[in-house]
Amino acid sequence: MTDLTALSVSEALAGMKNKDFSAVELTKAHLDAMEKARHLNAYILETPEIALKQAAESDKRYAAGTALPLDGIPTGIKDLFCTEGVQTTAASKILEGFIPTYESTVTSKLFADGAVMLGKTNLDEFAMGSSNTTSYFGNVVNPWKANDSDADLVPGGSSGGSAAAVAANIAMLSTGTDTGGSIRQPAAFCGIAGIRPTYGRCSRWGVVAFASSLDQAGAFGRSVEDCAHMLKSMSGYDPKDSTSAKLDVPDFPALIEQGVKGLKVGIPKEYRLDETPAEINAIWEQGIEWLREAGAEIVDISLPHTKYALPAYYIVAPAEASSNLARYDGVRYGLRVDGKDLAETYCKSRAEGFGDEVKRRIMVGSYVLSAGYYDAYYIQAQKVRRLIQDDFKKAYEKVDFILTPATPSSAFAIGENEDDPIKMYLNDVFTVTVNMAGLPGMSVPAGLDKRGLPLGLQVIGRPFDEVTVLRACRFIERASAFSAKPQFVINKAA
Amino acid sequence: MSVMDQKTVRKVARLAQIEVQDSEIEAVGKKLEGILGFVEQLSEVNTDNVEPLASVNEIPLVLREDAVTDGGIADKVLKNAPESQEGFFVVSKIVE
Repeated sequence: MTDLTALSVSEALAGMKNKDFSAVELTKAHLDAMEKARHLNAYILETPEIALKQAAESDKRYAAGTALPLDGIPTGIKDLFCTEGVQTTAASKILEGFIPTYESTVTSKLFADGAVMLGKTNLDEFAMGSSNTTSYFGNVVNPWKANDSDADLVPGGSSGGSAAAVAANIAMLSTGTDTGGSIRQPAAFCGIAGIRPTYGRCSRWGVVAFASSLDQAGAFGRSVEDCAHMLKSMSGYDPKDSTSAKLDVPDFPALIEQGVKGLKVGIPKEYRLDETPAEINAIWEQGIEWLREAGAEIVDISLPHTKYALPAYYIVAPAEASSNLARYDGVRYGLRVDGKDLAETYCKSRAEGFGDEVKRRIMVGSYVLSAGYYDAYYIQAQKVRRLIQDDFKKAYEKVDFILTPATPSSAFAIGENEDDPIKMYLNDVFTVTVNMAGLPGMSVPAGLDKRGLPLGLQVIGRPFDEVTVLRACRFIERASAFSAKPQFVINKAA
Repeated sequence: MSVMDQKTVRKVARLAQIEVQDSEIEAVGKKLEGILGFVEQLSEVNTDNVEPLASVNEIPLVLREDAVTDGGIADKVLKNAPESQEGFFVVSKIVE
């Protein structure tokens, strides 16, 4: 019997349409698998009752011949998306027990297209992290293991639970959000595909805010096509988000097979760092070679302000976070720790409710926005952000998309890089430029390193040109023929 | 430019409305200093005549019609309140 949890979205949709299996059977297979994968801690909350109810409704629609685009597809929802009547925590103690009375636009759209919610996936607290080790609800374990060690590895972050769930076949699709690399880095670490669309493509309404000018929702899947299916359902204008774009949503899944012949690919020299391991540069060279052989034109480009993207990000993002997270005051929702007066109640509630990394970022943000430092830090960072965006604008006069490595390393062990925040921040050195410039970016697995761990390539596109991004990634996926599976999945099948 | 001495850490903690224990001040200051040291390199970038970029969105913000589109859901608004009474959030007394 086929393992229903290993199917692609297209296979699953066809299977339900042909009555090979029902949506309820597909969902049950996933719920069973989730139970056996609890040590990965990919979910903060499993929602089997909701999943089975939604799946039963999907089956009715299949029977009536009115099936929706994602009908019956078992999906993990990052616990940063507000879900009506279902606890939403942002992986923070301060929101433990918070039950939204409304549904985020992105999840509404997914459910309107028939997606089934398996549960709420784990993440770094308030999406701040690159290892999923800052969650109040515990670390997520990567389903991959290195061939030379039994150590548990991080899945990347912040969307670590979403990436681990898809890689471990305990969700067919999952949502993520990407403020500095939080979809693309975990996708690379878990050997799956992950797309962060252009800023404004998906509504931010109902998504717990971290840094509003950088946050963007996106999709994880085991293939580029799976991501394209999900992205199509998530995208679109929303009057409730004034920064969402009033643009038509292309039929992404139908547009990914056009190949790369004749496209111009930019290779930015600033992404060749001395400290990058040779294997990362080798997979990048391999990617360039695949594209060249397929008839794409390789163009050397320069993005001169690349090295300043990460420091500028660590001013802009904390500044916005310090403002966004001011709402957690113990009055309207979330944890309250009573003090002798209201002011002390605020300070105690926030001290008790936020973890160390979140506190650090709020304090950095408060500092760079404070009188005397505002111009030197915050305004300077915004000016540098303009220069970063200008670099990309100039590059896109000459090229159709840009190819870079996704991450400067493969997945590392839980506990590594914990002593020094800067070491952790450097994980996003290749991804953060995309957020600063508001561009679409996607990570696609391209090979394994010598330790047997997946390495990803990143494709960066012009604003709102997700089609070219998906198309290029689909090509890389075919060229690399990446088919390796995490040990967790291999052992399960054995 | 940045010196995270005890006084500055206390000031930042107050701005952030986060209680920091005396025993934590030094460690917190060290980590903050590390981050500020890292972002310090931005000062070497020449940004004369560069307009700050607050949003990448080049779509002009639009005004919606000035009409009531929501409301009358006090019970929903209060649903997650740590303490509420008769349609209000309850906090400790502010004015003696």
